[in-house]
Amino acid sequence: MTTAEMKSGIDSGIKSYLPPVIEVEAENELLEVAMGPHHPSTHGVFRMDVALDGERVVRLKPVFGYLHRNHEKLAEGTTYLASMPYTDRLDYFCSMTNNWAYALAVEKLAGLEVPERAEYIRVITAELTRVQNHASAIGFLMQEMGASGTPLMYAFREREKILDLFEALSGSRMMCNYMRFGGCRVDLPEGWLERTKKIVAELPRFIDEMEALLTGNEILMARAQGVGVLSPELAVNAGVTGVMLRATGVNYDVRKVDHYGIYDRFSFRVPLGEHGDIYDRYMLRVLEMRESVKILEQALPQIPDGPILDPKSKPRGFRPKPGEAYGRIEAPKGELGFYLISDGSGNPYRYRVRPPSLINLTILEDMCLGQNVADVVLIFGSVDIVLGEVDR
Amino acid sequence: MKSAAELLDELQGAMPGVKLALATNPSPSAQHSLVVAAEDALRVAVYLRDVAGYDYCSNATGVDWLDKETTEKVKTTRRVKKEVDGVEQEVDETVEETVKRVEPGCLEAVYHLYSMRQGPHDPHPPLVLRMRTANRTDRVELPSLSPVWRAAEFQEREIFDLYGIVFKGHRDLRRLLMWDEFEDHPMRRDYVDPDDFEYEPTPHDEVLKRAEEHRAKLAAEGAR
Repeated sequence: MTTAEMKSGIDSGIKSYLPPVIEVEAENELLEVAMGPHHPSTHGVFRMDVALDGERVVRLKPVFGYLHRNHEKLAEGTTYLASMPYTDRLDYFCSMTNNWAYALAVEKLAGLEVPERAEYIRVITAELTRVQNHASAIGFLMQEMGASGTPLMYAFREREKILDLFEALSGSRMMCNYMRFGGCRVDLPEGWLERTKKIVAELPRFIDEMEALLTGNEILMARAQGVGVLSPELAVNAGVTGVMLRATGVNYDVRKVDHYGIYDRFSFRVPLGEHGDIYDRYMLRVLEMRESVKILEQALPQIPDGPILDPKSKPRGFRPKPGEAYGRIEAPKGELGFYLISDGSGNPYRYRVRPPSLINLTILEDMCLGQNVADVVLIFGSVDIVLGEVDR
Repeated sequence: MKSAAELLDELQGAMPGVKLALATNPSPSAQHSLVVAAEDALRVAVYLRDVAGYDYCSNATGVDWLDKETTEKVKTTRRVKKEVDGVEQEVDETVEETVKRVEPGCLEAVYHLYSMRQGPHDPHPPLVLRMRTANRTDRVELPSLSPVWRAAEFQEREIFDLYGIVFKGHRDLRRLLMWDEFEDHPMRRDYVDPDDFEYEPTPHDEVLKRAEEHRAKLAAEGAR
């Protein structure tokens, strides 16, 4: 394909949102740096090919695929249920929400109902997941800012308690494989609710402690405010979701928009940012943790007794009628969607994951151009990605 | 928000002669889709974004539909010359024949659109927009919708990589997940694994069989 043909769509008068082109005085004096695939700041195996003019970034190309294992092809070669444990490995910090998104898409495809008790368990596990994900994301961001270890270990201390709860519930700390089409796999073990209530009651103190250390911190403010700014128009057009989107001030939370699960029974707010910079993203994560605690405080006492699985759902020999469905939830990283096409057989004809981590990186170049190379690490860290989901 | 059928009418009113069709979805999700011809896709997409309010492209992906071979039994009546009672006569004869018909397959690009502008007050199902290539082999070009929704930029690269749809008008169409030298498209339904077999430490029948085939192939290549 010639360059002229490639450009034809762009030049046709459509309003497009493209990264700025930075003028360089001496092209041959640029320094090209491959950040990654083995770089401590890349959260896994990921590469950014950066061109530097002194300290300033003038070009940036992300390179993916180091962890690619064609998750979608694997899922098309196996039954619906057998993909459930694979979804744990997408965003391995948040296996509960991954399970939920997949179960939701299959429930839409097959028209299954979820019993009340299972809905409550799903909300509780998802919000616990959100708390531990946001706490760790803040910890990693501070690590990249030079606060080696301490904030991250504070976050991991809390995360450990939540992972212990998941282990008691599902038998595994991170690879929970807990949800099923039309409900959950096992009922809550004895004493689990009391234990959870105790841990949730301690969470606000942990968030206060973290905020006391970080929110007013001079170094954090100097390095995060006004850096990596994203405009709301670009964010919407580029499909950015989750904290990244709301930090720009766009009010869009799938929990509120789609009313999936039983989220409309709880009162919680959607925190919004104003500037769309790194500091707003940090602040929003803190505020979202507080809102999650609010949801947990409401959900834990309300949980009813009853079955946890739709009696119509058949885990084995599950064959939905031909058709297709797209289901999405608000995962901690952004909007996680699953698109399924059934041809009436036991395997999905098409199985697609809409990975928020990958699509949130679309605007990485836009945010980094013109910034210092040291800030690229921070901007990248503030997106909050997991490579298991980016590459699938 | 309007349903897919209402949008179809609106689009046909706003753009006379636009090639659009409704594809119904029999599953309980009832997410129906609009199938748009490749030559009209870009202006339909711009209308959907700027006028109809679908400013957010959530998901873009490919689907591979293989050539469908259907066999049908058809009864045909012909006049045949036959000897009846020693006299040659022309007689009607009914023969049952199986006719094979091949429905050509295609590659499909699917986009799931939502409206962020509408906000949380108006929950709506996604609008599913589909484009189809002419065939699966040489006419696999479609217009890129990434100038309209930048969200499709990486996702169209992924479709190009894994399905082989060539998106015209994409600003940077390269492989996303596989390496640049890779030649095939692994998500296609008829993709065959390359024979780059390595012995696995836990042999079972299937592995041993593949190992044998691999060794035989190497031996045949060596003899040549």
